[in-house]
Amino acid sequence: MGTVGRVPFDAFNPTTYLRSWNFSDLPTEQRSKYYRETPLPDGRLLREYEIYAVDREIEIAPGMFFPAWTYNGQVPGPTIRATEGDRIKVTFRNAGVHPHTMHFHGWHPPAMDGALHGQEVQPGATFVYEFDADPFGLHLYHCHTVPLKRHIHKGLYGTFLIDPRGGRPPADELVMVMNGFDTNFDSENEMYAVNTVANAYMQDPIRVTVGQLVRIYLVNLTEFDLINSFHLHGMFFDVYRTGTSITPGERTDTIMLCQGERAVLETTFRYPGDFMFHAHQSEFAELGWMGLFRAVEAGSAG
Amino acid sequence: MPVELSRGRWLFALLPLVLLAALLAVIVWSGPADAVRGDGYPPIERLTFQRVTLEPGAIVATVLNDGPDAVSIAQVQVDDAFWTFATDKGQELGHLGRTTLRVPYPWVEGETHVLRVLTSTGTPFDHEIAVAVETPTISMRFLGVFTLIGLYVGVLPVAIGLLWFPFLAKLSARGMDFLLALTIGLLAFLLVDGAMEGLEASSLLPESFQGGVLFVLAAAGAYLLLEWVSALLKARRTGSGGWVLAVMIAVGIGLHNFGEGLAIGSAFALGEATLGTLLIIGFTLHNTTEGLAIVAPLARERQRVPVRDLITLGLIGGVPTIGGAWLGGFVYSPIWAVLFLAVGVGAIAQVIGQIARQVGREKSEARAFVSTPVMAGLVAGFAVMYVTGMLVG
Repeated sequence: MGTVGRVPFDAFNPTTYLRSWNFSDLPTEQRSKYYRETPLPDGRLLREYEIYAVDREIEIAPGMFFPAWTYNGQVPGPTIRATEGDRIKVTFRNAGVHPHTMHFHGWHPPAMDGALHGQEVQPGATFVYEFDADPFGLHLYHCHTVPLKRHIHKGLYGTFLIDPRGGRPPADELVMVMNGFDTNFDSENEMYAVNTVANAYMQDPIRVTVGQLVRIYLVNLTEFDLINSFHLHGMFFDVYRTGTSITPGERTDTIMLCQGERAVLETTFRYPGDFMFHAHQSEFAELGWMGLFRAVEAGSAG
Repeated sequence: MPVELSRGRWLFALLPLVLLAALLAVIVWSGPADAVRGDGYPPIERLTFQRVTLEPGAIVATVLNDGPDAVSIAQVQVDDAFWTFATDKGQELGHLGRTTLRVPYPWVEGETHVLRVLTSTGTPFDHEIAVAVETPTISMRFLGVFTLIGLYVGVLPVAIGLLWFPFLAKLSARGMDFLLALTIGLLAFLLVDGAMEGLEASSLLPESFQGGVLFVLAAAGAYLLLEWVSALLKARRTGSGGWVLAVMIAVGIGLHNFGEGLAIGSAFALGEATLGTLLIIGFTLHNTTEGLAIVAPLARERQRVPVRDLITLGLIGGVPTIGGAWLGGFVYSPIWAVLFLAVGVGAIAQVIGQIARQVGREKSEARAFVSTPVMAGLVAGFAVMYVTGMLVG
C-alpha cells in the first residue's frame, strides 16, 4: 500500500518544517527580512513578522498538485513562536488574487481579529496585526475570509506557539499540523497528511533519540471532517490540551481533536527502532496520514 | 485543351485542401483555445476505464485518455486507501493514449471494490468492481465453459427450432402468412432489443469513439451490405428465393447471437452477472424461436430441404454465440459489443424487409398486412419474444 514515488522537497520540506519556527529554517540574512526581535524597555521582546499570502501550486503527494492559497508560499504557513507577554507585530501583505486575513487564536482586541466584516485585506493591500502573546499555550492562525471553508482548506493556516515564561523543560520539539486536501472540490478530502505531504514521514522517518524528551505540538486543521486523531505505536504520551497548563491532563496513546483544537504531547522513547504514528481513523491513515519515528540510541550515528 | 482543363480541375480539387492545411497550421501555432483559457485554467482531464480484470492479489486496469489534453496519472487509491501500482506504458497519457495499471491489492471475492485513479491535479476517476471475481484467463476449462454456454443458449435452441420445418412445410396459405408474420414479429423484437443493448453499450464507450454514431453507421452498413449480397445471390440464382432468404435470416440472427454471446461472456467474466440456470433457460427458450424464423421462408416454398442444409443454417445462426462468448469472456471491450450488436440490428432490419416482401407478394403490402393471420402472427411473434425475454431480463 501507500503512495508511489517521492515528492521533491525543494519547495517545502516536511522534515525541516517539524523543527522550524520564526523562520529559523532560513539563512540569517534572509531570515531578517521576515523576522526581527527587539528587546523592549520592560524586558519583553518585540517580535516582528513579514507574512504574505500568495497563490501557489504545491505537491501534496508524488505527482499530485494542489492549487493552494498559502502564507509565504508554504502549507502549513510559517510557525510563529513567542514567549508569554511578548509583543507580536505581523505585517501581512496580500499578494494573492482574493481578499485574505490572518485570524490569530489568543487574547486580542476586536480590531486585531481579522474576521469581522470589513477586516479583509484586499489583494495588494497590507495590514499590521499587533497584540500581546497571551495566554501561553499552543494556538493557531488562519484566514477568516468567507467562504471560510475554502479559505482554510486551500492552505491558509499555521501554528502560533506561545511558551510560558521560563519555558518548558528542554526537549526535541516537533510541530505537526494535521490537514487534508479536497482535490476535486466536492467538500470531501481526497487525501490526508500531517504537515501536508502524504506519507512523507513514512519515506523519511522522523529521527529521535532514545531517552530524550520529545514534545509534539499537534494542531488539527483538517477541513470537512468532524475530527482527526493521533495515535502512537508502542508508547504512551502525556497530553497538555491547548498547551495552557504545565501539568498534563491525561496519559494516553490516542488523542482526538476537533478542527482548531490542539494539544502538546510529551513522551520519551524507551526502545530504539521504528514507531508508527497515524490517525486512528483507518481511512485517514490509508489516505496519507501515517508516518514513522525512528528512535536511535544517543551517540549512535543512526 | 482538354489536358489543360483537367489540370485546372485538379488544381481546384487541391486548393481547398492546401488552404485547410494552412488554416490548421495557423490554429496549432496561434492556439486560440489557450488564449481563451488563460494560464491558470486547469487542463480538461478525462480518463475512461477500458477493461478491469482481477488476478489473484492484483487488480489490472486499462485506462484511456479520451480528453483533449494530456493527463498525468499521479496516484492510485483502492477503497479509499493509497495503493502502490505499476504501469506498462507510463503515467503520462496524451490524447487517446492508454496505459495498463497493475495494483497489487488483496481484493475479496464476492465483495465490491472501488478503484480510483488520481491525476496530477488530484482529479479522481473511479471504477467500481461490483462483484469481485477472478477474471477467467484463456484456459481449456474456461474455453469449455463458454463453449457449453454457447451451445445451450445459441446452437441447440436454434437447431431445435429448425425441427419445426416438416410441420411448417404442410401449412395452408393462411397458416403460412401467419408463420411469416410471426417471424417478422420475432425479428422485430430482436431489432428493438439489439438496438437498445447496442446503444446502452455505446454509452460506455469513451466519448471520442462517438458510440451512438458508430452504432448507427455500423447498422446501416450491415443493412446495405446484406442488400447487396442478397441481390447478388438472386442474380446468380445460386438457390431458390426461399433458400437465399433463409440464409440471410440465419446470418442476421447469427450476428445478433454473436452480440448476445459477447454480453453473456463479458458479464460472466467481469462478475457483473451470476449466470444462473434460469437465465440460461431464458436464453434457450428465447433463441428456439430464432430457428423457427430461419426455416419459415423455406417452408413457404414447399420443397424438400436436405438435412445437411438445415444443419448449415442452424450452425450459421447458432455458432456465433460461442465465438461471442469467447471474445466477451477473454478480451471484452464495449466497442466490440457496439459493433456486433449494430451489425446484428442492420442485418435483422434487412431480413425483416425481405420477409415483408414475401408476405405481400400477391397483394399490395398494406392490404397483405391487414389480414387476420398476419396481424395475429405479428402479435404472437412479438409476444413470444417478450415473454421468453422476461426470463432473461
